[in-house]
Amino acid sequence: MFNKAEKIREKYIREEMWPSIFCTGCGIGNVLSYTMRALDELKLDIDRCVFCSGIGCSSRLPGYIEADGLHTTHGRAIAFATGVKLAAPDLNVVVFTGDGDLAGIGGNHFIHAARRNADLTVICVNNFNYGMTGGQVSPTTPVAAVATTAPYGNLEEPFDLCRLAIGAGAPYVARWTVGYPYETIEAIKNALAKPGFAFVELLMPCPTGYGKENEQREPAVAWQWYKENTITRGDLGRLDPEQRAANRKIVVGTLWDVQKPEYTARWAEFVQSL
Amino acid sequence: MARADPGHVLTGSHYLDGDHACTEGALSAGCNFIAGYPITPSTEVVERFARRIPTVGGTFIQMEDEIASITAILGAAWGGAKVMTVTSGPGFSLMMENIGLGAMLETPCVIVNVQRGGPSTGLPTMVGQADIMQARWGSHGDYEIIALAPQSPQEAYTLTIEAFNLAEKYRTPVMVMLDECIGHMTEKVVIPEADSIELTERRKTDKPPGEYLPFAVGEDMIPDMAHAGEGHRYHITSLTHDEQGYPVMSAEVQDKLVRRLCDKIRNNTDEIVMLEEDGLDDADVVVLSYGITSRVARAAVDDAREKGLKVGRLRLLTVWPFPERYIRELAERVKAFVVPEINYGQLVLEVERCAAGRAQTILLPHMGGDVHDPAVILQAIEEAAS
Repeated sequence: MFNKAEKIREKYIREEMWPSIFCTGCGIGNVLSYTMRALDELKLDIDRCVFCSGIGCSSRLPGYIEADGLHTTHGRAIAFATGVKLAAPDLNVVVFTGDGDLAGIGGNHFIHAARRNADLTVICVNNFNYGMTGGQVSPTTPVAAVATTAPYGNLEEPFDLCRLAIGAGAPYVARWTVGYPYETIEAIKNALAKPGFAFVELLMPCPTGYGKENEQREPAVAWQWYKENTITRGDLGRLDPEQRAANRKIVVGTLWDVQKPEYTARWAEFVQSL
Repeated sequence: MARADPGHVLTGSHYLDGDHACTEGALSAGCNFIAGYPITPSTEVVERFARRIPTVGGTFIQMEDEIASITAILGAAWGGAKVMTVTSGPGFSLMMENIGLGAMLETPCVIVNVQRGGPSTGLPTMVGQADIMQARWGSHGDYEIIALAPQSPQEAYTLTIEAFNLAEKYRTPVMVMLDECIGHMTEKVVIPEADSIELTERRKTDKPPGEYLPFAVGEDMIPDMAHAGEGHRYHITSLTHDEQGYPVMSAEVQDKLVRRLCDKIRNNTDEIVMLEEDGLDDADVVVLSYGITSRVARAAVDDAREKGLKVGRLRLLTVWPFPERYIRELAERVKAFVVPEINYGQLVLEVERCAAGRAQTILLPHMGGDVHDPAVILQAIEEAAS
């Protein structure tokens, strides 16, 4: 395990950018590790992979990967990535984003990209808050959770990002959390392999932002919270109907996986038909 | 210098409106990617492109809004395409955020604004020239921009090609500031043979992977480009960055970067600026105009000359960068500048600044929805000359 981590680091990480900006206990480093392992297991050519991002903690990830990385403006990574993909359809285009970047300022781009179904892999680190700016309420902050801009507790209903993606038409949607590294790697592999808009939501702790306001400052406590407050799709299916209806835990797993015509392939076919 | 691809060029004499001529200019320039969003009075540009581009090789995509449109063209440029987006006032406002990104990432791209009356939704189907200052200053922070102002469908064609050439040469967003009148005015447009159309090619790096620094520059201050997926493994960021493209939060790196982003254009102002002068040799009064207003001004200047007044005409084809040195020198030898604009006084502020009291500056504003009455310009000339 350790050797593998060393190997992955040596192979894919841009050492000059190290150390990272991430706080102790932050889950974004895990996401980097899982993504690199997924790439490695799929044996993708890193020179044909492009990593796009907007602004926020998770959007700094392309900087740490020894590959083409395009770090753009807040909320716009998916629109930018759409341009890259349409101009160069043979590239594997990956977007790293966060809950604020994706579903707040970038919400419109998110749903339209899911609808359009160009082949993008979107990995969203959902940590329930705007971490980089110091822990403000976000579109995924749970009701009653405390944030610096919701000091008396959040009064708004959060988005379920996966249901939003499914509703908007994404053909592949999965959600995992810190407690499931191997499942997460599999999900990212599936997303990379999926021809179309593939969305992976990863619930990750933010000890210094969301955590400090909501009694999850200690990483171990945060991990425990994620363990206690999530249920796999498989386990949910094994509950009796009454228990299932009463479930309030966040469901993790592969939540949607269907075949749909991919946009750039459709465009190429259409041009061919002229 | 490269030549246009004959497959993209509709050589011949056509009867086209300015919007359609602009599309043909983009195609002649080798534009193979437009992302756009419908907005009057610019929509005809993208409609024609959507019909034409699949047959010649390239992509059109209608995005969800103008923010996505400008952002997608920047991504496509880094993916290797020659790119443009098209809009009008309200969409231009939405694009400002990522026009700044285009300037910061030094991304060659063309932005067409078919101006209408504002502010806000204003006069969707009627003319305005009130986005001229927004073109220069609309995004936050210090940067320079290039903006051109055609006065006819013919120039909508030729200046769109020129916009692409300048975007590639200086690696910067270039704006084509059309207006509703020219966009919807139909006139003869002559499209030349492809081999007579000169195109500036993107200057790609000749460095092998491992040696390329995305923002390293030589004397001309313009970095060489590499597209995504070419093996260079580069990083680029909207944050203040060094020549490697890595973010650096320091006053020193900020100073170096911002000066270069501005100076690569400022220092080449004389080379970039295109203007047309007429009868300036003995002029006491100069009518300075751009876009559709210069056609009205021409009528007024002709009438004034018939009356024996010493009046000349100066038309700016390039509105940004502003020809500061030229106006300063001209101000030394004329009595007055008369500046008709379809706004409440925008470019006139630049004229006034450069004239610096050496010549009088007279604004003739029009709030939009129509062009000036030539008689109003004539009257201003007469008053200035007396």
